[in-house]
Amino acid sequence: MKNRLRRTMMFLNAHKASLVKDPYVYKPDSIIFDLEDAVAENQKDSARIALYNALKSIDYKGIELVVRINGLDTPHFKEDIRAAVAGGIHTVRVPKTESPEDIFTAEKEIEKAEQEFGVEVGKTLMMGAIETPLGVIKAYDIAKSSQRLMGISFGAGDFVRTMRTTRSQEGLELLAARTQVVLAARAAGIMCFDTVYTDVDNIEGFINEVKLIKQLGFDGKSIINPKQIPIIHQIFAPTQAEIRAAEKSIRTINEYAKDGIGVFTVDGQMLDIAMLEGAKRMIELAKASGIYEGDL
Amino acid sequence: MINKVGRNIPDELLVNGVEVFQGEYHFHNKEYTKASPTVRAFVAPGQDKLVSSLKEAIEKCGLEDGMTISFHHHFRDGDYIVNMVVETIAAMGIKDITICASSVGSAHDPIVKHMESGVITGLSTSGIRGKIGEAVSKGLLRKVAFIRSHGGRVRAIESGDIHIDVAFIGAPSSDVYGNARGKGGKSDCGVLSYSVVDAKYADKVVIITDCLVEFPNFPPSIQQVDVDYVVKVDEIGDPKKIASSILRFTEDPRELIIAEAAAQVLVNTPYFKDGFSFQTGGGGPSLAVTRFLRPYMEKQDIKMGFAIGGITKPMLDLLNDGLIRTILDAQDFDLASVESVNSHPRHFEISTSQYANPFNKGSFVNNLDFGILAALEIDTDFNVNVVTGSDDGILRGAPGGHVDIAAGSKCTILVAPLLRTRIPTIREKVTTITTPGESVDVVVTEVGIAINPKRQDLMDALQNVKLLVPLRTIEDLKNEAYALAGAPEEIEFEDQVVALVEYRDGTIIDVVRKIK
Repeated sequence: MKNRLRRTMMFLNAHKASLVKDPYVYKPDSIIFDLEDAVAENQKDSARIALYNALKSIDYKGIELVVRINGLDTPHFKEDIRAAVAGGIHTVRVPKTESPEDIFTAEKEIEKAEQEFGVEVGKTLMMGAIETPLGVIKAYDIAKSSQRLMGISFGAGDFVRTMRTTRSQEGLELLAARTQVVLAARAAGIMCFDTVYTDVDNIEGFINEVKLIKQLGFDGKSIINPKQIPIIHQIFAPTQAEIRAAEKSIRTINEYAKDGIGVFTVDGQMLDIAMLEGAKRMIELAKASGIYEGDL
Repeated sequence: MINKVGRNIPDELLVNGVEVFQGEYHFHNKEYTKASPTVRAFVAPGQDKLVSSLKEAIEKCGLEDGMTISFHHHFRDGDYIVNMVVETIAAMGIKDITICASSVGSAHDPIVKHMESGVITGLSTSGIRGKIGEAVSKGLLRKVAFIRSHGGRVRAIESGDIHIDVAFIGAPSSDVYGNARGKGGKSDCGVLSYSVVDAKYADKVVIITDCLVEFPNFPPSIQQVDVDYVVKVDEIGDPKKIASSILRFTEDPRELIIAEAAAQVLVNTPYFKDGFSFQTGGGGPSLAVTRFLRPYMEKQDIKMGFAIGGITKPMLDLLNDGLIRTILDAQDFDLASVESVNSHPRHFEISTSQYANPFNKGSFVNNLDFGILAALEIDTDFNVNVVTGSDDGILRGAPGGHVDIAAGSKCTILVAPLLRTRIPTIREKVTTITTPGESVDVVVTEVGIAINPKRQDLMDALQNVKLLVPLRTIEDLKNEAYALAGAPEEIEFEDQVVALVEYRDGTIIDVVRKIK
């Protein structure tokens, strides 16, 4: 499913059975099985096998399943894709993308694996991780490079290193990149996800960052600890006023639409049919956040 | 003979009036004659109770082969008393001694060699961890051990099932005439609740302290009228391991889900109203429930009438903020609780008999609305194991007050993860039954909440409530655990019984056999 709620995408070391067995208890929107940074070089094979077995045997209760494969410059990524597609992964996250060609390279392998394992061709989605200055500059080209792309994500770790800076509480050093990446995603009509917040015990700093990226327009954030999940979900939950406004918009737009009227004003605000989608998204978010009590 | 929870208790163990478990309230209204100790009158004034050494105290008590000695576990992992006494007894050449302790743990690992040599041949305890548990499970103790709950232990003492010849009571402070307290010294533990009954029912009572204070040491937990001798030693324990400066709350997100869901269950039962009463066990998620409870109490202006059991700072915070009216304390886990007990006007010390003895004229657990308890294993009949390990069947747990709280509370809520290191907690059959399913009302895991079908009223109260995790059947939870980890393989034991698991009323609910 290309469009779905992805507020929280939780990284898990694919090699750790204790983590992989039941991450759904924390209710993230997506889980990302990591075959890349979390797995030691001499454990890549067994992590891949563990991932395949987990995908085949565990009921993840409808949560989106994403795999982070190893880099396209490594000997591992092709086998990573084969194992993940054979297991029925929903989405392949390609690390350090810097050009549409990177997406094409991974896509070719995904298609081969789909054919090999009898998966409907085109079913497996992709997301591109943008982690370098060049990737940021090419973000729009990357974002519109494939029909399989459900979103792009920003990764700050490598980015700050290559920018010769460090991460600060305020995140000023990331602002340009974040803005560029979210602009590119929106322009390409796909989703956009923010980087991890690694100072797990700094709850206040985390809350500030989540508020910031929500305001910038991101759809969600990668996370590394389950305790970050309820915080994001709470911050992303619409307010009761927003829910009521969305309900009113949907009802009014539908009423006027019956009469063929496309633009009108409600409570002094101009509304048109183009706003329907945003209002519907708000109601879906309210439902996912467990706070919707209406009947839409 | 098969008992009420379906366990086969070997007939040869059912002697001297010992019966199999027949239900949690089977002996309600039972009449019996209490035991009484043999007391040496201390008529002449001016006699000193202070003796120069532990050895002298043991000699004066007339300790002989075959006798029973008792200990408390208020010093927990920091305890020096048990090892000190047993070493002295061994050096004196005394053997065939039974230890009647409120709990033993890894602090007492050195005792194992005295079990092997025959100095210690019997054991009655409410908790058994560390190398002693392994040794008993391997059949190294010459007599069958008794696992008794805290309430069951004092019942056994008061009813004469077990007779204590000499009680050795470690005390953070004492005067020379034996008024002993849990505080006022350099190794404070707060209360001496577990020893109060020992002091009343043992023939001889020895106070061991590292802090002699001016007479009278008041208010005393152990009174001079019950004490024969006082010994001053260098150290009774390691203060750092007796009471932590800060007991860290769990930050494990899985345990927090369980704790929050348990709090949601609690506040949506009819018992959550002003004046309710509450006890938690000492495990991570159990203690965390208190944290989630506070906002509900504040929002609905509900105060807790009383809290009992093991006390921690979060409970004191509620007391100090006026959200709890009274704390009844049988054990202190952190320095804040030690500081507060018997100092705060509404924070009182109680004896273990007051707390949980089923055979007195009504213990405090009978007045409990809620008990929040952990479990190592829970079966689909809601029976609980808190004493043997799931992976190897070795004694490594502590029924403590579990059985007593479960029987007493109107609503007993068990908090447990679905799996522990890939072994199902919720399962077809538990390794050992310590607490019968009839005492358990709700099981809360991170994936679902199961209500005991006998509690249709709780089902009705909760079925339309928005809960963090859904209501499911216990079979459904078991199935999910088995789907994730496979059905657990049954542990193989030898026939030899190494420990009896006594229900709190003295009947046999299960046995623990020697490991292969």
